[in-house]
Amino acid sequence: MTQTTEAPARGIGDQADAVASPVPRSTSTFAKALNAALADAMESDAAVLMFGEDVGRLGGVFRITDGLTARFGEERCFDTPLAEAGIMGMAVGMAMNGMKPVVEMQFDAFAYPAFEQVVSHVAKMPNRTRGKVRLPIVIRIPYAGGIGGVEHHCDSSEAYYAHTPGLTVLAPATVRDAYFMLREAIASPDPVVFLEPKKLYWSKEEVDLAELRRTYDGGQAPRRIGRAVVARAGTDATLISYGPSVPTALAAAAAAAEEGRSIEVIDLRSIVPFDDETVCESVRRTGRAVVVAEAPGFASVASEIVARVQERCFHSLAAPVLRVTGFDIPYPSPKLERFYLPSVDRILDAVDNLQWED
Amino acid sequence: MSTATNEGRGSMIGAAAGNAAQPTADHALLPSAQPVQLIDPEGHHTHDDRYPLPDGQKLLSVYGRLVAGRRINDQANALVRQGRMAVYPSSHGQEACQVAAAVVLDDQDWLFPTYRDTVAVITRGVDPLEVLTLLRGDWHGGYDPYEHRVATQATPLATQLLHAVGVAHAAKLRGEPTVVLAMCGDGATSEGDFHEALNFAAVFHVPVVFLIQNNEFAISVPLKSQTVAPSLAHKAIGYGMPGERVDGNDLAALLSVLGSAVDRARDGGGPSLIEAHTYRMQAHTNADDATRYRSADDVERWVPKDPILRMRTYLRGLNLLTDDGERALAVEADAIAAAIRNGLNTEVDVNPGELFEYVFSEKTSQLREQAEQLREELARGTDAEHGAPIDGATNQTKGDRP
Repeated sequence: MTQTTEAPARGIGDQADAVASPVPRSTSTFAKALNAALADAMESDAAVLMFGEDVGRLGGVFRITDGLTARFGEERCFDTPLAEAGIMGMAVGMAMNGMKPVVEMQFDAFAYPAFEQVVSHVAKMPNRTRGKVRLPIVIRIPYAGGIGGVEHHCDSSEAYYAHTPGLTVLAPATVRDAYFMLREAIASPDPVVFLEPKKLYWSKEEVDLAELRRTYDGGQAPRRIGRAVVARAGTDATLISYGPSVPTALAAAAAAAEEGRSIEVIDLRSIVPFDDETVCESVRRTGRAVVVAEAPGFASVASEIVARVQERCFHSLAAPVLRVTGFDIPYPSPKLERFYLPSVDRILDAVDNLQWED
Repeated sequence: MSTATNEGRGSMIGAAAGNAAQPTADHALLPSAQPVQLIDPEGHHTHDDRYPLPDGQKLLSVYGRLVAGRRINDQANALVRQGRMAVYPSSHGQEACQVAAAVVLDDQDWLFPTYRDTVAVITRGVDPLEVLTLLRGDWHGGYDPYEHRVATQATPLATQLLHAVGVAHAAKLRGEPTVVLAMCGDGATSEGDFHEALNFAAVFHVPVVFLIQNNEFAISVPLKSQTVAPSLAHKAIGYGMPGERVDGNDLAALLSVLGSAVDRARDGGGPSLIEAHTYRMQAHTNADDATRYRSADDVERWVPKDPILRMRTYLRGLNLLTDDGERALAVEADAIAAAIRNGLNTEVDVNPGELFEYVFSEKTSQLREQAEQLREELARGTDAEHGAPIDGATNQTKGDRP
């Protein structure tokens, strides 16, 4: 696929082809794309600030803010005292007073001390003030598992945020989306919870970050908030996933293809707002669907998707909509996480159970 | 570091100069041994080296706001009894803190009030009817925070203190001379956000004045169950900022102490913490029964310390306040009360369609569907039309029925 056009179908699986390409092209990791998006946003708008724990001199524990303090100064990218509610609450005040704060919660489970500020103020302030106070805050959260992390470092916390009216909740799965979605999040007048799948930080794609910048700044990047995308086209069943589960779903679709099944993969990108249209269009066409997500399944985003699809597509369905999610247990320790995470085999089993015999 | 004791002295401005024998930087951060007082309960001026007495004309003009503040509290209580408001957390007895917090600020400054600080918000200039929208129950907030630079009245405890730090931080980054005054109660000092706000304010050296109204109760729980610190103002030293305590029923002392803290913040001196010792003369709200946790005698002891009575005695003694002047102030206060009464006795139409308007800057497709569902229900004449709770709403979505 070319770098300058916005093709609707793409995915991690495309990388294999790109690597084999005879023409050397520039590549970027997911992490580098986020770093570039922050730098480009700060360059284009002096109101954009970046702060959190270890984001200054160190450049963040995942290096997402690498070089920003050196380039923009300590007033634009700075370390705070180690207190997440403090970071979040200060961001509220800064946003009230003309700034566009981007804050980093160091890990998913370390964002919980900020939860009251997020739920009671970040999410509610615009409604409380009848839109007089908008809070253009981006809450960046290194998110989910698959990295062999110890306890409190691998939570999938999206349901808490998605359940809270007023929060936009995004989870990119590709390098290009990481760049464009972070730019879009920073430009949004609404607060955004930006979930960065940790296991994808080091994933690579053939992209030219300067080109992405020109595309975004030139207004040529299609909107991604609220827009899901077909990551792989197919006709027999739809896998619906987001964030860290997208590559797994794509791998499952590739494996299914070898068995003669044509599986479509939807990358939601945006959990809130939810793109009912793209999801339902696909499911009505294929008649079968499996939702894939890392979070525990009970009362989850996956549950919501199943409910929505069945409410809207019931008469197009040939089988109940199934889920492949994490078990309803605390996130396991590193040597056990492989038993917990949705795997290609588990997804293929679910696809096999979509009542094909009917 | 020297041992922090009650004996530490020092005003917030130029503290070190000549007070204690060998003042250290640590001592300069400690509050006075007793709350600063400039006019005693009998209405006599009590001298304080560090804090000048505001001039008589200034006190006279602010006294009028005290009278109005008391009248607003009385009127709001009456309106709750009449069923015109859901609830009213009264600041009866705390009017000096309320008024002083508002009048020490300039137009460019910000005030961060709590739910009990309605009088402060009105004194700052916000339309009383817009302020009382929250408690009347037709929306969660009724005024534009930017119009008078007054944040929404915070109901969660101490969370607003961090917002105040953020507003001040943003102003500082832009080089604006804005000062932020953030209010909380004694109970809120136990919250984690209180700690984080003071620490952030000190670390980033931002122009925030934290004002604790210590009214001795967090609903039913007395201060001694919140803290065993020598005073709440003593907590300041832990953050490296000066603390001060002041008689919270002494308008003159409040104006002087808060005024110096605001000046200090505006001049780049950073944040400070002021504890105003006052008393909640009425129950937590009209829904509370204070007789379950304190005696009438306890309350009675604070009657002679009333902030309005004290200032009236002082101003009458100087012949600054005359019978005519008092009558004029009463008429003004009555006019404010009448406007509140008339406004709240008028039914306000709530607009259910507005429920979906402000959740996001642009309605999501889901909210568009839900707004349409409610609109259809209303058009059909369901319960909602008659004002009953829409319990039956099933939030049904449209399937692809054949």
